[in-house]
Amino acid sequence: MAIKLYGTAASTATLRAKACLAEKGLDYEFVNVNMSNKEHKTPEFLSRNPFGQVPAFEDGDLKLFESRAITQYLAHAYPDNGTNLIIHDPKKMAIVGVWIEVESQKFDQFGSKLAWELAYKPMFGLTTDDAAVEENEKKLEQVLDVYESRLSESKYLGGDCFTLADLHHLPVLKFLFGTKAKRLFDARPHVSAWAADIQSRPAWVKAITA
Amino acid sequence: MALKVHGTVGSPATFRALAALHEKDLDFEFIPVNLSAKEHKSPQFLAHKNPFGQVPVFEHGDLKLFESRAITKYVAEAFADKGTSLIHKDPKKSAIQTVWTEVEAQKFDPTVAKLGWEIVLKPKFGMTTDEAVVAEFEKKLEPLLDVYEKRLTESKYLGGDSFTLADLHHLPTLQGIMGTKVKSQFDARPHVSAWASDILSRPAWVKVASMLTK
Repeated sequence: MAIKLYGTAASTATLRAKACLAEKGLDYEFVNVNMSNKEHKTPEFLSRNPFGQVPAFEDGDLKLFESRAITQYLAHAYPDNGTNLIIHDPKKMAIVGVWIEVESQKFDQFGSKLAWELAYKPMFGLTTDDAAVEENEKKLEQVLDVYESRLSESKYLGGDCFTLADLHHLPVLKFLFGTKAKRLFDARPHVSAWAADIQSRPAWVKAITA
Repeated sequence: MALKVHGTVGSPATFRALAALHEKDLDFEFIPVNLSAKEHKSPQFLAHKNPFGQVPVFEHGDLKLFESRAITKYVAEAFADKGTSLIHKDPKKSAIQTVWTEVEAQKFDPTVAKLGWEIVLKPKFGMTTDEAVVAEFEKKLEPLLDVYEKRLTESKYLGGDSFTLADLHHLPTLQGIMGTKVKSQFDARPHVSAWASDILSRPAWVKVASMLTK
């Protein structure tokens, strides 16, 4: 099969790429990377991702890594497949670009740290650092306040339609919603409605159950 | 239609946006934002410019953008035929450029900016450098630069054969760190060292950096 995704089901970055493949309705082979066996640090895997991280991606002879580079490639290379995840109007796409950066530069920092403390650490039998949780929740709340304002003016973060700007949030949302951090989202009506909407998309449901 | 940048001299994010504008030979109005007067946290700034209260903010007619890497991307695409080409048009080459643009955003910047904060900025603000943090992040930088060294052995620039946003985005934090002891890590890797010298000496960047001495 031309498209291959190398990753693990528990990795937010892998899920980000999976979400995009599902939205585009593309066939691909999923190759599980055994991280407990340190498969991601083998020379073979390092030739796919020199940073030794999942996911790694192939489309024919094109090899990529970094989940948000993979999603952007898919969105542009397969514009007519499945959901349109970008906007062709340059000015509208520039605004999508702003909110893609916001997820990458602001939401993910604090969201991922909270997911690590509240969701992953218990999974690995490690102890949650309550001070880190408090600190990151406070910072995430400031970001979510801006989201609340944005989403009261715009149905989705990038504009009227669901785009990569929203999709990139899905994996971290999935993990945070299984923890007490969900209350930060519930406390903000527009954020809450948006989070519920995007997490109920059939493609996302498929991506996390397949 | 007028181009405007609201920003601050010395702000890496502001300089990132300005670098792209100069590479494209674009005329624009630079409107200084007074960070020490907390202008960026005023209700008007938050409501009409950047709800996160940060610089830079970019305007092209009625289009308003924030986040420096969204600004550079828009400029690179909207003015594709002007000045230096900062993107690849071929979809596969573009995808590879995007990989390294992500590497800068996700890996290089968080590590190097942290070092810059501790070593350069904290003393400027009368705060004490945390040497433990410096040691920790210097240790993180080494394997990162090893990957860069390997990449730059195979490729003239990070994103491919030509200078693109994937390289440009590094300039502000790179400039800052090269004035510190961390420069030794770059000097120790010949391809990284050559690449860093090359991009830091580009006329468009020199123009931006010279704003610091004015």
